[in-house]
Amino acid sequence: MITGPALLLALLEGSVGAAVLALTALGLSLVFGVMRVINIAHGEFVMLGAVVAWWCSADLLGAHPLLGFLVALAVAPLIVGAIALAADWLVLRRISYDPERTIVATMGLLYIIQQGVLMSYGPDARPLDPPIYFRVQFPGFGYSGYKLIVAGLALLLLAATWLLLARTRIGLYMRATRLDSETAQAFGVPVKRVYAIVFALGAMLAALSGVLIAPIRGAHYLMGADPLLLSFIVVIVGGLGNLRGTLLAAACIGIGEGMISVLFSPTLSKIIATLLVAAVLVVRPGGLARGATP
Amino acid sequence: MLELRKITGAYGPVKAVDEVSLSVAAGEILGLMGRNGAGKTTLLKTIMGLVPKRTGSLLLEGEELIGLPAHAIPRRGIAYVPQGRRLFSELTVAENLRMGLLVKDAPQAEAERVLDLFPILRERLSQAAGTLSGGEQQMVAVARALCAQPKVLLLDEPSEGLIPAVTHRILDTVAALRERGVAILLVEQQVKSALRICDRIALIENGTIQHEAPARDLAADPVPLERYIGVHR
Repeated sequence: MITGPALLLALLEGSVGAAVLALTALGLSLVFGVMRVINIAHGEFVMLGAVVAWWCSADLLGAHPLLGFLVALAVAPLIVGAIALAADWLVLRRISYDPERTIVATMGLLYIIQQGVLMSYGPDARPLDPPIYFRVQFPGFGYSGYKLIVAGLALLLLAATWLLLARTRIGLYMRATRLDSETAQAFGVPVKRVYAIVFALGAMLAALSGVLIAPIRGAHYLMGADPLLLSFIVVIVGGLGNLRGTLLAAACIGIGEGMISVLFSPTLSKIIATLLVAAVLVVRPGGLARGATP
Repeated sequence: MLELRKITGAYGPVKAVDEVSLSVAAGEILGLMGRNGAGKTTLLKTIMGLVPKRTGSLLLEGEELIGLPAHAIPRRGIAYVPQGRRLFSELTVAENLRMGLLVKDAPQAEAERVLDLFPILRERLSQAAGTLSGGEQQMVAVARALCAQPKVLLLDEPSEGLIPAVTHRILDTVAALRERGVAILLVEQQVKSALRICDRIALIENGTIQHEAPARDLAADPVPLERYIGVHR
């Protein structure tokens, strides 16, 4: 029988997962929405963020884990964003952002990053100390304070991204390019530069989610597969390129996935999420939030 | 103001515009007419740099624009009202106008000046552009281009799909831009409207200019119109 505390615990786990998933999926959705690029390497940007967090952890800097975490929060998005910019410049731009060829290209990028990390970092899954350790007492159980901070930071980063899109010139350019790149060019938008910025921004969001989850799940060179799969599910369910739909779907799938994982099994949650995608593709191919303004 | 010398625009091996030479002076309206597929829209896109391969010479007040990336052309002073309006449908009217203002970092006062031409849009500023009526959308498309403070305005069939009264109003507003010294290149299918507001008309077929004459001459002798666009006014 499922008790009240177990349900609350499952809900908390789900909410933390949903906030991080929303951050990861928003990056993927932005890249698809604006550039029409299906970025198979997106999960590797999450992994890179986690690996950078490990490098910056206390063992390396010899300082308090909080300092390593803060350094990682600042450094990981810069490193990963620079890698994404290089990939855009060296590969995507040269194949004219062709939707089919970019699938193959980003698949290649996935293997390059993964094998590069395997060679330099090794095959072991490495744990990280939480930067802050305290417990928040709920009725019947205590819950990791760090996980609550993760959810809060993820929401803060989502709000910052939303503000960037809604209130700034580059945000307006991104939204206009997403709607009609040719007309955007006719109004002075340097579309290729916007693509590069969007690809880097998507990678930076993924890297930040990698830093946030590293103290919970550790860092491992194969850890990108899971966030990639879940992000794709979220982006398809929310409607390809629909940012509002992405956030809505991330909340539903993240909370659902977390609750089923805690109450039943993680495998069951993946099966249900995959079935949900199949059902959405059959019933509402445009996504659940079809027609909503992103 | 704007001078095209042997401009060619091609999609791969296909030349949609072939060695077109034209000029539009400040305060002048040049009409461009032809059958469907004659190359009218491609010519405008070639001027805007939106066609992948373009050759020839395109001079704006003596400055060569061929070779510039597409996004640099609006800043030089050429604004474009595309066929079918192509508003950023999910952006608000205000954001669509801002896209025009940002071309030259014009102040909000410029948008106010433009809105004086289309006062109805003041009530629609916070509405998504895609939810407006066809006539209002066309007004936004023209207003967005005017916010870019153009020296040259390219209009691609602004009357398409509109009722005559709205068409009349929009074209009258366009005609009034003459007094501001704007050079206008107008693609128009409606012969009566074109003859009414254009100073000169060029007839295009298979991507090349076949005939060019003052509008009043074509009004008096419509044989070229019948020959190249198949209609009598």
